[in-house]
Amino acid sequence: MTAQLPPGIQLEKVDDRIMTLNVGPQHPGSGHMRLIIKIDGDYIVSCDPDPGYVHRGEEKMAEYRNYIQNIPHLERPVIHDSSNILHPYCLAVEELLGIEVPERAKYIRVIASELNRCIYTLYWLAIYGIFLGHSTMFMWPAGDRELFIDLLEAMSGARVTHAYLVPGGVRNDLPANFEERCLRQVDYFEKRLKEYQAVFYKNPILISRTEGTGILSRTDAIRLGTTGSVLRASGVDFDIRKKEPYDVYENLDFETVVMKEGDSYARSYVPYLEMFESCRIIRDAIRKMPKSGSVRTKLKPNPKGGNEEVYKRVESGRGALGYYIVSNNRPEPYRVKISVGSFRNLICMPYLLKGELLGNMPSVYWSLNYWPVEADR
Amino acid sequence: MLKEFFNQDTAPHATNVLVGKLGEVLVRAVGKPLDYAINWGRLWSLWPVHLETACCSVEFGAASSPRYDVERFGIIEAFGSLRQCDLIVVMGTITRKMAPRLRMVYDQMPDPKYVVAMGACAITGGLYFDSYNVLPGIDGVLPVDVYVPGCPPRPETLIQGCMLLQEKIKRMKGA
Amino acid sequence: MSSANDKDGEPSETSTGPSEGTRPLSKEEARKFYEEKGIDFSPDAPVKPRPIPQFEKSISDKIASKFGSKVTVDYVRANRMRISTKKEDILDVAHFIRDELGYDHAESVSGVDYPDSKEIEIVYHLGSYTDEKLAQQVLALATRVPREEIPNPGKDRSRMTSLREVFYSVEFHERECFEMFGVYFEGHPDNRRLLLPEDWADIPPFRKDFKIKGR
Repeated sequence: MTAQLPPGIQLEKVDDRIMTLNVGPQHPGSGHMRLIIKIDGDYIVSCDPDPGYVHRGEEKMAEYRNYIQNIPHLERPVIHDSSNILHPYCLAVEELLGIEVPERAKYIRVIASELNRCIYTLYWLAIYGIFLGHSTMFMWPAGDRELFIDLLEAMSGARVTHAYLVPGGVRNDLPANFEERCLRQVDYFEKRLKEYQAVFYKNPILISRTEGTGILSRTDAIRLGTTGSVLRASGVDFDIRKKEPYDVYENLDFETVVMKEGDSYARSYVPYLEMFESCRIIRDAIRKMPKSGSVRTKLKPNPKGGNEEVYKRVESGRGALGYYIVSNNRPEPYRVKISVGSFRNLICMPYLLKGELLGNMPSVYWSLNYWPVEADR
Repeated sequence: MLKEFFNQDTAPHATNVLVGKLGEVLVRAVGKPLDYAINWGRLWSLWPVHLETACCSVEFGAASSPRYDVERFGIIEAFGSLRQCDLIVVMGTITRKMAPRLRMVYDQMPDPKYVVAMGACAITGGLYFDSYNVLPGIDGVLPVDVYVPGCPPRPETLIQGCMLLQEKIKRMKGA
Repeated sequence: MSSANDKDGEPSETSTGPSEGTRPLSKEEARKFYEEKGIDFSPDAPVKPRPIPQFEKSISDKIASKFGSKVTVDYVRANRMRISTKKEDILDVAHFIRDELGYDHAESVSGVDYPDSKEIEIVYHLGSYTDEKLAQQVLALATRVPREEIPNPGKDRSRMTSLREVFYSVEFHERECFEMFGVYFEGHPDNRRLLLPEDWADIPPFRKDFKIKGR
């Protein structure tokens, strides 16, 4: 190359052995983000994640809206898990403003959060099926997901963006006959989940593509600060619903799912097993819920937080989800930081993909339970 | 005109004009049915690009789920290779980082190509009207054919938007 | 008292108002309106004295006795505590917290901009997976770095020691902090841009002097 290059442009040195691949942002195996992957033959030498394609400045915008106005846009990062992303926000604002939540509202919140966890996990499972070329596993969860969406639509009136949880309780009471409908759906769903196992989790093709790939050891899972199903698939028994119970989780009967393998298969199997636990929680919560009573403590108009800060966290579909809110005697928060599970699991990506086959990239990537919109906020 | 036709110098030019005029007549004679046939072919095999830009992709996924099944209207599931696609559904917010990539994807698609702006964010910026990193609508980046409002739009709305696009294609020029 | 009362210059009398139906309520009318609706109209959020929990106190005492005047215990609440230190000492404190107390990962790294005192606060929220007793504890380790009026990220005085050596999980969080606040982390191997577009030429967006559209 003897031609004069325009200023500011450099030629990249090309190695005849190492090739650079841009996976994404338009790629069926990456979603809304870009992975800059260097490959040697079929093996990944290094991987550099490049998120930020959906960075919308939620945290900055939250500083200009008051505590109630923040509700709709803070649920947008994960619209298919909107109850779980609003749950810590409500807990934090309640602590800031000193609001007590009625007992019945706490149970309704738990039911809404667990229904939403099922919706999220089913969507995640559907995309996992598509990533691995398993069309049946797209159609089945996507179809069953609609039944849960119907339940939440009956509760809140919206399909995915519910804004159902508000500081002080929930927006409105349960509709008529909700308990029977919900129990019938849960019974049906548990039967259905067992069929997933036969068609997907015991499928030899899936097993050969996921077992033993992307292994994350227990020490590394702790060192990298991973969370959620990634952490539990590596043998760490940590679930915030058990360790630091919020609302009424301490009264409910469920168990934490832990697997020891730490490979893609375990990471994809843990959320599936957690859906059974969600069903258990819903059934138990409906049984123990007070049959009548208030569901919302009314807030003062335009409430102001004190001069303090608060950090609250819950277990969402993707792991621990925390809100750090600093307030300074104003109706708007001074600073809102959302600590999301997806962003915390992002650090695993360069680590796990190194030395992996390129063909295993989608299965490792999506088994991290990563939702790019949430990670970018 | 005939004089020109027999003149040695101007004969080639005149022949060209004649042939052009004949061609126009031909197109006018058979053009309409041809348009119809070409558009009919495009109508029922719209291939959207697999380009997820924000949270509306959840509802796009739901539109191809068994309950809504957008394939029965000839809109096939999102597809990986953009060289074989003719529809781009912009699913939600376009950030400043994504905008050049969106244009790059659009430029690589073969003609004819159609754009559906899905969701309030893709139309005006929506909920993120005052964000520092979000474009106020994609009109400045792509020529939009159909706007599908909602935050996010229900799958039924998206299907209706795609059917409106098919109505539009029916009335387009074929070649 | 009310939200209307916060604004001093609010017109209380609307003699020039267009009509009776659309004029804004005066203070007394607003109070009456809310009392009729049964909405609590007390002036402030109730301040309850919080008991200081014993276990959390013992942890903060350990840090306080080890470092003395170098650290300040800001608050100790149920499951939460916050310790602030100078940026020169943060590496020692972090080493002590990891090795002696058993905190092993960082949940988030947040920056908070304080233009009035010309400082940016960096808060590390630390947690533990290995120690069963610490599972519900979150320790906030805060430090303050100087803030420049005209930021020049990476080249000005807003810099502090990276904690990546101690808590490996802060890697991406610190990268985000660098681009959002302009705080450079010394010793971080990868102080590159993460979320913002490549051609971002404005000041770091989470600083308070960066205004968003129409606000």
